[in-house]
Amino acid sequence: MLEIKNLKVTVDDIEILQGIDLSVQPGSIHAIMGPNGSGKSTLAYTLMGHPAYTVTAGTVFLQDGERVLLQDQSQNQDQSQSIDQNQSQNQDQSQKIDVLSLSPDKRAKAGIFLSFQQPLVLAGVRADIFLLEAYRAVTGHMISVPDFTQLLEKLIERLGISHTFIVRNVNEGFSGGEKKKFELLQLALLKPKIAILDEIDSGLDIDALKSVADGLSYIRKENPAMSFIIITHYRRILDYIRPDQVHIIDKGILVASGDYRLIDTLESRGYEVYRAESRVGDI
Amino acid sequence: MLDKKQANKNTFKVKKGLNRSIVTQISEQKNEPGWMTDFRLEALAIFERMPMPTWGADLSDLDPNNIYYYIKPIESQKNAWEDIPDKIKTTFDKLGIPEAEQKFLAGVGAQYESEMVYKKLKKKWEEKGVLFLDTGTALKEHPELFKKYFATIIPPHDNKFAALNSAVWSGGSFVYVPEKVIIDMPLQAYFRINAAQMGQFERTLIIAEPGSSVHYVEGCSAPLHRTNSLHSAVVELVALKQSHIRYTTIQNWSNNVYNLVTKRAVAHAKAHVEWIDGNFGSKVTMKYPSIILQGEYAKGQIISIAVAGSGQHQDAGGKIIHCAPFTKSNIISKSMSKGGGRASYRGLLKVTKEAKYSESKVQCDALLLDELSRSDTYPTVIVNESSADIGHEASVSKVSEEQLFYAQSRGLSQQAARAIIVNGFIDAFVKELPMEYAVEINRLIAMEMEGSIG
Repeated sequence: MLEIKNLKVTVDDIEILQGIDLSVQPGSIHAIMGPNGSGKSTLAYTLMGHPAYTVTAGTVFLQDGERVLLQDQSQNQDQSQSIDQNQSQNQDQSQKIDVLSLSPDKRAKAGIFLSFQQPLVLAGVRADIFLLEAYRAVTGHMISVPDFTQLLEKLIERLGISHTFIVRNVNEGFSGGEKKKFELLQLALLKPKIAILDEIDSGLDIDALKSVADGLSYIRKENPAMSFIIITHYRRILDYIRPDQVHIIDKGILVASGDYRLIDTLESRGYEVYRAESRVGDI
Repeated sequence: MLDKKQANKNTFKVKKGLNRSIVTQISEQKNEPGWMTDFRLEALAIFERMPMPTWGADLSDLDPNNIYYYIKPIESQKNAWEDIPDKIKTTFDKLGIPEAEQKFLAGVGAQYESEMVYKKLKKKWEEKGVLFLDTGTALKEHPELFKKYFATIIPPHDNKFAALNSAVWSGGSFVYVPEKVIIDMPLQAYFRINAAQMGQFERTLIIAEPGSSVHYVEGCSAPLHRTNSLHSAVVELVALKQSHIRYTTIQNWSNNVYNLVTKRAVAHAKAHVEWIDGNFGSKVTMKYPSIILQGEYAKGQIISIAVAGSGQHQDAGGKIIHCAPFTKSNIISKSMSKGGGRASYRGLLKVTKEAKYSESKVQCDALLLDELSRSDTYPTVIVNESSADIGHEASVSKVSEEQLFYAQSRGLSQQAARAIIVNGFIDAFVKELPMEYAVEINRLIAMEMEGSIG
């Protein structure tokens, strides 16, 4: 699980996040909603480790029980004698990963994934080659090209992605919908513990939104322990994927938290009610 | 980069510097006909008369009087791989060449020092009348053919360094492809400078008769020396009617070499000429492969890449001159600068009044890997014909923090992220290379990247 405590972040010496507390349990879905400039994307980028965001206070820890247990099971088969020792050692190590101390690539390896609001074009870099490099880096498994191709074929079929898509260059000439699908493909491939989706619904028409939501449902079904932090302006994506918790952010503070019914309240009363100054508090 | 110097004994080495007596000595040593001696001496006079060019890269540290202009190695011409001395094989090994060499054993001409040491022409080509010789031998064995084309594309007065090469040239390749002969395997030559302060002044001439086709590949690497070395080659291509010449260069000079090369092709009617030019290493490179589209429907393409590292200036580009109707050309230039290096694109596109309905597209892209580095573009476009269709695009991009972050967020280390972006940038160039050179380029890029991570 992910534990964010009193996270304060500045960009160019301006404080954007003013003390965020958030706790994300395995398999749970959190929605973070808020108006433009409220700090939603800052939270996403900070968790992934973008160098432009400076953390001035707070902690982010990732509990890493599950993956270590899996490792232990594989070790058990080979070294049955040292089970207990290994387990206790690994659990000690797995207690808390200090996310903020890691570079972005190490965070990816620890199990954090960010779906970008505006995915970057990597000119001349073929999508399938990029995905292979990413897969090998994150999993540490030097999968063979034929095995990887098979895996990729399965996922693009399930996510409704065209075959010609993956031999194009990363995000080059992709439509808005294709870019978001490509982010989903990476998510499905890399199987993180925490998936942060930064406005995955922005710029999509109804059909594309439905298709992205279907993809998300598939990924969730395949990876029940995966947690989601869905950052969005609008409720429409949340109508497809019901969040366990909804948080409203304003001026860098979570001003309200509740279950999915908070979305309805927000709908009828608007963000104004939750302005940071008014400090409504939890509903 | 390979930078180890091999112990070397040379049979004949003229004194440093340049004067009439040295030029005469070179010509005598080679037993050349009188017209060639006169040609060299005349070129020397032109070289002495012309000022150092100041419009491009900084050449102020280059002292032409501090260079050996001719060295003849002990080993003489060889025709079989078995006869090659082990020492030279070791040199090739260190360059990482042997696979490519052995694969194309039959078609290799390699230059060691100023002479062709090893060359062999595949039998079937010989039977078809193909000539692949070192240029000095061609002068002896095929004097009429030689004289008909030699220095017709690049005369000595073309520029100061063409004059220098004309005065002291030694080695290089001479390729003649008879009418309608298609050579389906690249002809390859590796060049190497191996004696301190020695200049390398090879002279290459390729003649493609009507309907013929040839791909010539030249690769280079040089050992490190303390004093500045000068490489000043002249390459002339004659593409007669409906012929095709592709000339590929991969250069990886050590960081003290001045690389000042003149390359030009003439494409007659319906002929097709391609220059594929990769410039790594060297202290200063000034090189602008040129194509004169002289006949109707002639086509020309120049694809170049330059990587400028710390202390390096790559001043490279291309020139295309459309002189006939319905001619087509395309220039793609990619440059990368890092560690304070400087890469310049210098290009000329000229369309004369005769070149009705000609088309040209120029695209130059520069990539800066850090804040210290520099990229410049000096495009000259002269169009004297209104029916011509001309396009010019230029871009300068940085490996942006956002791109790096995106790739890093997918688990790639900063170095891997940078390498994948850079490889993507040069992809259009690498795609045009034969497989073994593509591998070599990727290896070079990876080595260049190692040094660029702060």
